[in-house]
Amino acid sequence: MATTVAAAPTHATHAHTGLWSWITTVDHKRIAILYFFTALGFFFVGGFEALLIRLQLSHAGATVVSAQMYNSLFTMHATTMIFLALMPMSVAFFNYIIPLQIGARDVAFPRLNAFSYWVFLFGGIFMNISFLMNVAPDGGWYGYATLTGKAYSPTHSIDFWAVGLQILGVASLAGAFNFITTIINLRAPGLGFMRLPVFTWMTLVTSFLIILAFPVITVALVELMFDRLSPVPTNFFNVAKGGDPLLWQHLFWVFGHPEVYILILPAMGVISEILPTFSGKPLFGYAFIVYSGIFIGFMGWGVWSHHMFTVGLGPLGDTFFALATMLIAIPTGVKIFNWIGTMWGGSIRLVTPMWFAIGFISMFIIGGLSGIMHSSPPADTQQNDTYFVVAHIHYVLFGGTMLGLIAGIYYWFPKVTGRYMNETLGQWHFWLTMISMNLTFFPMHFSGLLGMPRRVYTYQKGMGFELYNQMSTAGALLLAVSLLIFLHNLIRSIRKGEVAPTNAWNGATLEWATATSPPPEFNFQKLPTVKTLDPLWHQEGPKGHKIDVGGTDGHGIHMPNPSYWPMFAAFGMTVMMAGLIFGLTLGVPGGLLFVYSTYRWALEPAS
Amino acid sequence: MADSKRPSFPLALIAFVLLAVLAFAAGDAATGWAQSSTYPQTTLEPRSEVARAIDDVLDGIVLWVIVIFVVVQAALVLTVARFRQRPGGAPARHMHGNTTLEIAWTLAPAIILAFIAVPTVKVIFDNAKPTKGDIQVRVIGHQWWWEFQYPGKGVITANELHLPVGKTVSFELESVDVIHSFWVPAFAGKKDLIPGRTNHLWFTPEVTGTFPGQCAEFCGASHANMYFKVVVQPQEEFDAWLAQQKAPVAPPDSASLAARGLAIYQKGQCVACHMIDGVSYGVVGPNLGKVSTRATIAAGMFPNDDENLTAWIRNAPALKPGSLMTRQDMSDEDVAALVAYLRTRR
Amino acid sequence: MSEPIAAAAGSAPVVHDDHHYTSTGQSSRKILFWTFIGSECMLFGSLIATYLIYRGRDKVGPHPHEILNIPLTSVSAFVLLMSSLTMVLALAGIQRGDIGKTRLWLAATAILGMMFVGFQIYEFNHFVHEGLTLSTNLFGSTFFVLTGFHGAHVTVGVLWLWTLFFLTFTGRIKAGNDLDVEICGLYWHFVDVVWIAIFTLIYLLQ
Repeated sequence: MATTVAAAPTHATHAHTGLWSWITTVDHKRIAILYFFTALGFFFVGGFEALLIRLQLSHAGATVVSAQMYNSLFTMHATTMIFLALMPMSVAFFNYIIPLQIGARDVAFPRLNAFSYWVFLFGGIFMNISFLMNVAPDGGWYGYATLTGKAYSPTHSIDFWAVGLQILGVASLAGAFNFITTIINLRAPGLGFMRLPVFTWMTLVTSFLIILAFPVITVALVELMFDRLSPVPTNFFNVAKGGDPLLWQHLFWVFGHPEVYILILPAMGVISEILPTFSGKPLFGYAFIVYSGIFIGFMGWGVWSHHMFTVGLGPLGDTFFALATMLIAIPTGVKIFNWIGTMWGGSIRLVTPMWFAIGFISMFIIGGLSGIMHSSPPADTQQNDTYFVVAHIHYVLFGGTMLGLIAGIYYWFPKVTGRYMNETLGQWHFWLTMISMNLTFFPMHFSGLLGMPRRVYTYQKGMGFELYNQMSTAGALLLAVSLLIFLHNLIRSIRKGEVAPTNAWNGATLEWATATSPPPEFNFQKLPTVKTLDPLWHQEGPKGHKIDVGGTDGHGIHMPNPSYWPMFAAFGMTVMMAGLIFGLTLGVPGGLLFVYSTYRWALEPAS
Repeated sequence: MADSKRPSFPLALIAFVLLAVLAFAAGDAATGWAQSSTYPQTTLEPRSEVARAIDDVLDGIVLWVIVIFVVVQAALVLTVARFRQRPGGAPARHMHGNTTLEIAWTLAPAIILAFIAVPTVKVIFDNAKPTKGDIQVRVIGHQWWWEFQYPGKGVITANELHLPVGKTVSFELESVDVIHSFWVPAFAGKKDLIPGRTNHLWFTPEVTGTFPGQCAEFCGASHANMYFKVVVQPQEEFDAWLAQQKAPVAPPDSASLAARGLAIYQKGQCVACHMIDGVSYGVVGPNLGKVSTRATIAAGMFPNDDENLTAWIRNAPALKPGSLMTRQDMSDEDVAALVAYLRTRR
Repeated sequence: MSEPIAAAAGSAPVVHDDHHYTSTGQSSRKILFWTFIGSECMLFGSLIATYLIYRGRDKVGPHPHEILNIPLTSVSAFVLLMSSLTMVLALAGIQRGDIGKTRLWLAATAILGMMFVGFQIYEFNHFVHEGLTLSTNLFGSTFFVLTGFHGAHVTVGVLWLWTLFFLTFTGRIKAGNDLDVEICGLYWHFVDVVWIAIFTLIYLLQ
């Protein structure tokens, strides 16, 4: 157990250094690292956008940025954080952890996995190129018709947004297909569904939400693109020809609400791993946590119109969607109580990952409660489109998802690098984050209830909004400091962190059973056989079952060959899609490269 | 390894300071909530039955939310404090769950939600009652200003909605371009103005005064600059206002500056977009028939004084991003004449 | 659930042959493909929903009943249905190890698919001459985008079938490659089923 080698030599035949090895890699662990740093980069881009937003709102009538730029900033802040930071950061965890947690040597389709990553990277770059061309998307991340129509958004800003989201959708879908298959089909012998770690469960639920929700926004975006880009434009959202702007809202939120759970469920999974480990006892109510996660995922399909309480659905529609929304509070509550139950009676080690997990619960409660406040349509008609809702989503997405993912970073860092992150810096990071995020987001409840609409680049003097906005701005600056501390800790610890044993925290799940940290390329020399939940905690005693994964000798184990075709296919596809905006000179070569690379990929030997 | 390290004390101290600051903010807000003078657009000071019903629902929810917040956060903090690892502390007790507990904490939120759901549904239906109203107003959203029509009364105005106190007013909400949202927090929740659809809303203002409203659905470049005011007046003042809005305006004296302004108005681009009954019939911009009875210009951005009006006519997009009114290259004299003419429109 | 493999993994010092191990015993490619089809259902479901929501809301014609040619489309639907039959025969061929039959029925399926696409091109062309384009009204927008998406799926399927057909000559598809044909067949049947839904909802239930 105490093999403390930071980078153990393995018998893998594939090159492990140099840029080319990263471009051609199909190893889920290296793809995870690519995902992680790319998502982190976009997270800082989105954070920078947020700081500009906060500076612009620091006093009435400020002129830090123009109205036009402000509209682009809030659009791209949300789009970036959702599609380029939080989702791919979750996918980084799926990639690294899922095969390890289920005792597999890789994902089911390693090259498809590489393809997902490259599509995500190119899609993210594509969307941000719009800033350089001065046509950054400016219609809001939800892009309501008819504002996104050609008549009201004549530049390419909305085209960049729509095409960019289509590209990113491909990445998400390909990844989700892969993880569903991996989890269904590559579980170690004996690892039945009700023995799966909760993180794996939540990944499975999230992946199903992705494959069912993304096609809906794909269709909505196709309709928008036909309206905008077709030489013979369609009328989907053309009111003059009978098109209905509400069709867009329905399609968007049928996607958009499951998307919220796509963002939060992985973090809930991470928390459900961390709490038992540091409480030294199994997850309380495992089955209830799993079922409530499935129930939340299922109910996520029946509540989309609670984003539309002000459009005039009529009292029956409002009532139905209000009650369905309130119902979701129940499984959410069940999860929170079970997490607290997990800690109850434990011996809680208060280290950074655990602090962030506790912080997640505490902050998520606030986000959940403000959510209940606007599940009631009458109350929502006053809160909708105000800063109150901005406060709510940030308690859910920052206080929830982001804190959960940060907890996961501290937790699994020793597995990925063989070293711990620095604990003192970690604690500074945690406490500064808690202080600054509350300073940033809590006052938004007040500014919202006191009448400040969201998505306004300025406000008038005498409305009483200054104080709360200045608190938020100060908090945002402090939050930036805490994130810099985190970044420093991360980079420093990769090289200088305290060396960790393979089971760095006495975890119970299979990822902690690998022979080394980081694990050998093939993960497990022998596929482990699992007989219980929390297998690493049930190895001793007469009923114990020793988990044996062999050593570091990979001789004779077939691992998939590296390939650059996924990258070329992804690049070709991105260029092809860009051709939708810029014409055939891009579209045709891109399409040819895409088709050619796909054929080469399909026909090359996989291993 | 690092298990023994404690949270840094300076940070815990800062956390307390933050709590104090937030408490101050909450206190400030709480006292401020009773004063629309400090927060003119507050949602928490209802001035109509409709808004009060909403506020009552919210109050009920807030009560429950505070209770849940305190109980659950306390449970979390106490659990962490009590079971944190310390020298000589008890080892972790392995237990996998407890079905009775699970049922209890499934039922508890369900019961609380029922307490929230019942008044919610009641208010949904109460506030959606179709109402003819004592007075009807058609609200038409434009990028980025408000058109208010009083059907049957022959009055069309912009950005300043006059209503008689104590009379139920029913609105028809429409849009000519993109989605906007009509919002006067003192009187009602938001209702969207959706192109191709007509939405309905009603309320009964209970007090006189001036109440701010604002577009609450992102509608493009100057979404932030789409304000309006609701002026609630005693019936006789309202009737006087209606009469004034309808009263014909005598053409300016032919030798006056205003007469020159009228000529410029008729020659220039103004007529393409603006309406002045008997003079021009544009429908893109606000009706200017009684423009000088209004307190502000540019959808509530600026006081309606000569200086602002001059600057606006010269270069509207510089004052209001995206404004559809283009910059007018006119001599100072021409602009002054135009302003003089518009000042006769009262 | 997988006793023999579990036993093997338990004793042997290094297991070399476990990289074909799967928890369900099914091929991962097949599971992936079923999830893909689930996703495609939502795609076509959303397109069909759009069509149904906009049905009858047109402000100008041509309206569906004025222009849709049910007899003609019944023929093309029949052609597509027959292609599902030939697809089944192609799969049966490779399962029996009869590469000649596989080749024959793959080609037949592809040709029937091309006929269907031909019918659709004729139909689109005809509609444009009748004055129905993407721009004409809501019916034009929803009809062309929905059926066009389906046609694009058929086209991809045809390319896939011809690819398999040619790979039987290079030796890449040979006896034992049942799965390659089976998955292509899954796709083909799915596209066929979608057409039955579209045909019923657009053509028959006007």
